[in-house]
Amino acid sequence: MATATQTQTVDLAARFPGMVSADTRPGYTGFIVNKDNLIEVATAVRDEFGFDLMTAVTGVDYIAENKMEVVYHAFKTTGGAGLVFKVQVERVDPIEVPSLINIWPGVDFQEREAWDLYGIKFTGHPDLRRILMWEGFEGHPLRKDWKEPFYEEDVKPYKSRWPEGNHTYAEEKNPYRDNLNFPEGFDPEKFTVDKEEDLYLSLERDTAKDVDGSMKTEHIVVNMGPHHPSTHGVLRVAVTLDGETIIGLKPVMGYLHRNHDKIGERNTYLQIIPYTDRLDYFNSMSNNFGYVTTIEKLMKIQVAERAEYIRVIMAELSRVQNHLIFIGMLMNDLGTMYTPSLYAFEERELVLDIFEAVSGTRMMCNYFRFGGVVRDIPDYVLQKIKDLVFERLPAKTDEMERFLNENEVLVARLKGIHVLNAEDAIKYSVTGPVLRATGVPYDLRRADPYSIYDRFDFDVAVRHNGDMMDNYLIRFDEIRQSLRILEQALKQIPQGPINSQKAAYQVRVPAGEAYGRIESPKGELGFYVVSNGKPNPYRYHVRPASFVNLTAVESMCKGSKIADFVALLAMLDIVMGELDR
Amino acid sequence: MDNEKLSLPNYNIPQDIENVVAITTLDRLYNWGRRSSVWPLMFGLACCAIEMIAAQTARYDMARFGMEVMRPTPRQADMMLVSGTVTKKMLPSIIRLYNQMPEPKYVVAMGACASSGGPFKEGYNVVAGIDKFLPVDVYIPGCPPTPQALIAGMIKLQEKIDKESISKVRWYNKEKFDGNYVPMPLLGPDLIDVRRNTEIRDIAAKKTTQESA
Repeated sequence: MATATQTQTVDLAARFPGMVSADTRPGYTGFIVNKDNLIEVATAVRDEFGFDLMTAVTGVDYIAENKMEVVYHAFKTTGGAGLVFKVQVERVDPIEVPSLINIWPGVDFQEREAWDLYGIKFTGHPDLRRILMWEGFEGHPLRKDWKEPFYEEDVKPYKSRWPEGNHTYAEEKNPYRDNLNFPEGFDPEKFTVDKEEDLYLSLERDTAKDVDGSMKTEHIVVNMGPHHPSTHGVLRVAVTLDGETIIGLKPVMGYLHRNHDKIGERNTYLQIIPYTDRLDYFNSMSNNFGYVTTIEKLMKIQVAERAEYIRVIMAELSRVQNHLIFIGMLMNDLGTMYTPSLYAFEERELVLDIFEAVSGTRMMCNYFRFGGVVRDIPDYVLQKIKDLVFERLPAKTDEMERFLNENEVLVARLKGIHVLNAEDAIKYSVTGPVLRATGVPYDLRRADPYSIYDRFDFDVAVRHNGDMMDNYLIRFDEIRQSLRILEQALKQIPQGPINSQKAAYQVRVPAGEAYGRIESPKGELGFYVVSNGKPNPYRYHVRPASFVNLTAVESMCKGSKIADFVALLAMLDIVMGELDR
Repeated sequence: MDNEKLSLPNYNIPQDIENVVAITTLDRLYNWGRRSSVWPLMFGLACCAIEMIAAQTARYDMARFGMEVMRPTPRQADMMLVSGTVTKKMLPSIIRLYNQMPEPKYVVAMGACASSGGPFKEGYNVVAGIDKFLPVDVYIPGCPPTPQALIAGMIKLQEKIDKESISKVRWYNKEKFDGNYVPMPLLGPDLIDVRRNTEIRDIAAKKTTQESA
């Protein structure tokens, strides 16, 4: 249940006396590892204790104690509770922590993110460049002493706005009258732009390629995106090509970095909910779910029984429409421009109608609250959901499968392409359907059950080849399992209150930390929240599934054709809002 | 010329060809042609892009108004639909795309973020409204705007096109026309709008005295 991840199953402190100590701060769990012993301890965590999946790596800036902390959350792919360990270093530049990239290669992007936003140098990381901001950006934005140009106060509600209700334009306070801040004495005339040499140098080049009989070829570097029809938004990839074959590839992101973490730390707990909607904008319900689950864990409150069912219904409906859209978009990228996605969008509209009926908006639902949901489902809407779940959606899923599965072009484009084996998938911290398609039955609804998923009878969808075809088919399996859960939930949903708490603008969250995670349609969506007892979170971090899943992309597409890479991006089901935050 | 005058022109058309001949103005013909084929740039930034896609699907069907032909290349596009949050990192690419679009070109700011920064305005990587750089023709409110709102905004743009006159439009005015070129901003310690270089230098030099005062 909800507390499962917080119980410690291993005692690192006893195994490594003198190197590891238990984290005894009130509300905190896990262990604090000496910086110098990190590699040794982490290796043991993976090899001796079996925590093979490193899901979340993030920094926390404890400016009052003059410490910078790196928090690691490791889990087992066999399921069960996780292990939290931390490294604390003095908050004096350069802040250096050994990189764990050789133990869990999946930490690659997350360590780069911590370097970008916190300025923590991970020694031994082969490619430690900024990831969300650009090279040359001034400062590390998530540090507590770094202030954005439109800075007003540390936390909301701002005194200028509430309770008097005054309004001032942020532009009027900033000397540049815009969202800008330059270092003192900066002269734009003398400034030269970063040519991104580091990025291009990090690309793999295979210079000695004069094998007998082969044609002499020249490698070219191509930038795909950020404006590219197939990158699902504003992702950019720099690719080295030999003809059509990919030699090296680096994703470049941050083109939709909307500073979710920084804004979240200024907001009150309740104010964050609408922001989570905009993370993975296909599944605002799932995002809400993950966030409120985390805060409820911190607050140690129970959720109203009826609300639990409503939450599951909404989250699973959201999964169904996400996977349908996934199939439509995959077909788009394979070249069947629009027809399959028109079918998918038809069903999605019906699901969105339900979201609109219960929450008031189609996409950005802002529906969950701590302890329950914000509005009850009226009976006629419940009837609408039943019609959809019992009749229409199963038939339409079958129909789509019938139309597509045997299609010759589709099979040729998908079968045996981009095979990811289970070992690599775990190594790169891949989660969600992509991991399950490789044969690892790791679904958080079973592996680490949250909410009331332990009450439902459903199977974890698994496929075993790990190629594109399996990734495509597993989405249909998951739709069917989601429909199974929905059927049970709709039959069992009880009457009763929809929130166990009183409606309040501000919630009291006791001091401590919590890592909550849910199985979002894209994979593991985690939220790491540190509270210091005030109305605003001290640290608020999102562990997005798309972002971490993208770590595997480089190794997956080496040696394949550039056209297949387009399909691979569709297959990973990335959403830029979640990827860049 | 308004619609009523157009349908009742003061020309005597012989009765035998009344059903064959229609009389209109050159402006109206020109505008009708352009307003009915506004090709947007296929270009999605954030959440709003999903509603933009939804607006093209069966239920809303933007094709009814002649604006469904999304062009992935700016060279063939008439209109840039800025659908989502404009970040500082993305801005140079957007400006480049805009500069590559041939005239006549229009910009529609879809949603709160593109219009003003929206809920993310305070973010350090967010441009508070695309209108700080591009001339916006239509703003569509909403977060995200529903497909209906998007279509309503596009119809507003068509109304704007209807009011143009071929003799006055800027892209045929050889003397004044400068191609609507927007200088590329640079990514330095923060976003550098090169049109404001001297201003930035002056404020950056002054900053310490302000803080100490």
